[in-house]
Amino acid sequence: MLNAPVIIAVSLLYLALLFAVAWWGDRRADQGRSIISSPTIYALSMAVYCTTWTFYGSVGRAAVSGVGFLPVYLGPTLVMALGWFLLLKMIRTAKANRITSIADFISSRYGKSHLLGGLVTVIAVVGIVPYIAWQLKAVSSSISLLLSYPEIVMPQRSTTLPVSADISFYIALILAAFTILFGTRHLDATERHEGMVAAIALESGVKLLAFLAVGLFVTYGFYDGFADIFERVAADDKLRQLTTAIPSGQGYTGWFSLALLSGMAVLFLPRQFQIAVVENVNEIHLKRAAWLFPLYLLLINIFVLPIALGGLLHFAGQGVDADTFVLTLPMAQRQEGLALLVFIGGLSAATSMVIVETIALSTMVCNDLVMPILLHIRGLALGESKDLSRLLLGIRRGAILVILLLGYLYFRLAGEAYALVSIGLISFSAVAQFAPVMIGGMYWRGGTRGGALAGLSAGFLVWGFTLLLPSFAKSGWLSDDFLTLGLWGVELLRPQQLFGLSGLDEISHCLFWSFFANIGAYVVVSLLRPPTAIEASQATLFVDALKHTRPVGAALWRGRAEVADLLSLVGRFLGPQRAESAFAAYARRRGSVAGEALEADAELVHFAESLLAGAIGSASARVMVASVAKEEPLSLSEVMNILDESSQLRRYSRELERKSGELEAATRELKAANVRLQELDHVKDDIMSSVTHELRTPLTSIRAFAELLNDDPMMPLVDRKRFFALMLFECERLTRLINQTLDLAKIESGNAEWLGSEVDLKLIIEQSLAATSQLFHEKGARIELDLPTEIPLIKADPDRLIQVLLNLLSNAVKFLPSQTGCVRLTLRVDAEGVEVSVADNGPGIRPEDQQIIFERFRQVGDSMTDKPAGTGLGLPISRRIVEHFGGRLWVESVLGEGATFYFFLPFVQAEVSLETAPA
Amino acid sequence: MTKKVLIADDEPNIVISLEYLLRREGFEVFVAADGEEALAKARAERPDLVLLDVMMPKMNGFDVCQALRADPEMAATRILMLTAKGRDTEVSKGLGLGADAYVTKPFSTKELVAQARQLLGL
Repeated sequence: MLNAPVIIAVSLLYLALLFAVAWWGDRRADQGRSIISSPTIYALSMAVYCTTWTFYGSVGRAAVSGVGFLPVYLGPTLVMALGWFLLLKMIRTAKANRITSIADFISSRYGKSHLLGGLVTVIAVVGIVPYIAWQLKAVSSSISLLLSYPEIVMPQRSTTLPVSADISFYIALILAAFTILFGTRHLDATERHEGMVAAIALESGVKLLAFLAVGLFVTYGFYDGFADIFERVAADDKLRQLTTAIPSGQGYTGWFSLALLSGMAVLFLPRQFQIAVVENVNEIHLKRAAWLFPLYLLLINIFVLPIALGGLLHFAGQGVDADTFVLTLPMAQRQEGLALLVFIGGLSAATSMVIVETIALSTMVCNDLVMPILLHIRGLALGESKDLSRLLLGIRRGAILVILLLGYLYFRLAGEAYALVSIGLISFSAVAQFAPVMIGGMYWRGGTRGGALAGLSAGFLVWGFTLLLPSFAKSGWLSDDFLTLGLWGVELLRPQQLFGLSGLDEISHCLFWSFFANIGAYVVVSLLRPPTAIEASQATLFVDALKHTRPVGAALWRGRAEVADLLSLVGRFLGPQRAESAFAAYARRRGSVAGEALEADAELVHFAESLLAGAIGSASARVMVASVAKEEPLSLSEVMNILDESSQLRRYSRELERKSGELEAATRELKAANVRLQELDHVKDDIMSSVTHELRTPLTSIRAFAELLNDDPMMPLVDRKRFFALMLFECERLTRLINQTLDLAKIESGNAEWLGSEVDLKLIIEQSLAATSQLFHEKGARIELDLPTEIPLIKADPDRLIQVLLNLLSNAVKFLPSQTGCVRLTLRVDAEGVEVSVADNGPGIRPEDQQIIFERFRQVGDSMTDKPAGTGLGLPISRRIVEHFGGRLWVESVLGEGATFYFFLPFVQAEVSLETAPA
Repeated sequence: MTKKVLIADDEPNIVISLEYLLRREGFEVFVAADGEEALAKARAERPDLVLLDVMMPKMNGFDVCQALRADPEMAATRILMLTAKGRDTEVSKGLGLGADAYVTKPFSTKELVAQARQLLGL
């Protein structure tokens, strides 16, 4: 089954499927129903990070260094989990400035410099082309392995094979055609490659599926689970060291450099920038990608070690390259279907990388290398041709083809050489050179174009010298004299022990020296002179990207322009139709109806420039706009003024935000207070209604008796006396009621007068008993006292305490049975205060009434005969008095066994209650 | 024939004054100090008129009024509500429950007597 026609047919079918998905995705995007507007798709497409270098190479690395393959995935995991805000800032900045590539990003940040964009592009191309070659090699190796099935024959690279017979050449051509179809349908940067992203996400799924399948097969089909493999390995002296945490010879430095390097790669590799920044649909998606992408990396790494160890065990001594274990293990077991799936997985890994990387590179090459040169050479002649969008597309398509052919060429030349085998990390190291100018550019206003140029060049040169050239030498293309003797025989200039620095692995060594040179040159040269006007304004756009503010871009342009000129200029690069519809949309946003009514103000010029930037890069866009608009250059001080203004505006808006927040809070408080007031008003109404009711009752009796007496002068003396007595009684009740109502109102409003003195409770009790002795006597009741000999003084108002005690005692008397009544007054002292209780042997209080009696005008009595004569305010007042001195008043009672009222007064009162007492 | 009047109020002094007043007017007077007693006495004595206080323990005047009106045997009995709460809602509630008249406290004894006579058709 694994013969050439089948393999070719399956490959082509798979590519056709990808293309169908991409076509569908583009169609949906045109209809405005995006299929990639999902955080999961976004995270999956980010897994373009995992190329064949992961798919086949991880196992190869694990077979040599055990868990040494891991840092390459730890770095990205950490960056995504902890450094997502970097990505967020890049996304926000890129969207605001229509940035389409990392070269454009850097060039735009440092004053829209052509030179800088070109340099970044060169570094990227030099660093990435060998990496593309690796993908070609992996695909062609996997094909030739499959073709020799059922034998397992390591592919022999014969450079003697004519190009026309070399399968890799056709792979490169097919990929180029595919990439052109995918990536260069439109020109406008805002139109993302939705179809391509959908296809890439699918590919990520396929390669993960294939890898997990082979992992499960090796671990559980071939062997008996993880434990089985590790036991077998532990029994093998040579293999055992692979299972230690940090195998000897690697060291923590190596781990750290690898993690750092790959962390930077996941941010700054052109393909990662393309997917994570340019193709990002919605920055919210970053949230899920921050954990989903690391999870993907975890999944695709789970089976790396079992496959590597399983392969080493199985193929011991057979000379099978560990890089091929993923494919050769299923082949050795005659698992044709699985082998085919693995091949497709590898193809996915290769094609996704090649497509995205080539699109990203071709954009850079076109916008930052070819366009500037064309603009420079042909000057205005370029401006004369009507529609340049086809030319631009042509350049990009050409760039794609050239890049892939360069990849093929490198692959042909390098073969199995060291320079290709170890290219992954060499590539990463090249890309890492972008990190200082990128991160510095986003957080440091002081970085200048000169600094960026110096830093990038220095880092790139050191990288070439310490990593790329040695890799050429190790491949036998250069004499390796300079490796051992140093450049020009100077020993300090030995590329891998630069200035005598030894003891580091070559990657750490390169990272150290290249960053030393890169960051050093960047900072020092930047500090040599202050930023120019445009550098300062761009720095503000980038550094303040996350701050909410009106874009300052337009504010930094002053000059004159014609709408027609701008329209035709944009039309030349984007096509007239697209330009007109873009201008019309702009006009609608600005609220005007027809395109003619537009004013060629700074906003419009800025809009046109950003449209162009999407198509030809920010530096070229600036040059082109300058060719049709008469710009009056702003001086640095003017720029600084505008920036100051905008930062002042920002301050004002922050201030406003804060104030409006305060206002909202105040409104909320007012509303709550109003609700509370309404409640209180309601309560007051209820109280008023109760009070009038209570006042009307005695008044009714008094009026009735008075009228009866008045009507009948001949009334018998007995009745007359009785009625007068009742009238007097009701008058007293009325007086008491009015007094107590006012008293309670005063206490509650905090207007009551309080005396604060040291009170002797014994004295208070004596006075209270004296005042109520008549009541007790009338009822024939006894009173028992239980007082300690020593009673400490307590801080309170003596008159108020007497009021409380009188109330409790008279209440008790009221409910006592006639003649057998007994009241027991007890006083207890403890460490915190004094507790006084008044117990009676009356009828007791029902549990449901024990709270009610403390409410106003709520008396508890059964019938007319024992209707209490009080006002219904005594207990509420008493409770408030006790609470005023920090204590509490409560009742305990069992129905039929009397009631006991307690109050407790603390020695130390809470501060609050003292403060509320007016002097 | 002497008309029977039941006074239902929980304020002893008001009961005393009303009892004296109505006796003087020549009525036969019964008293009750709460709602339940009022209902029981009304059923037992079949008074021609009930002076019914609203705020009473055990059963308020409204409930007594409603119970009386639900009893067909008590259809002839006139009901005069007395209350210290003179709000319109209270008045209309009492009348809605079938009371024949409403007097707010404090009242004029003359007016009360006139009102009672009118209700009794005297």
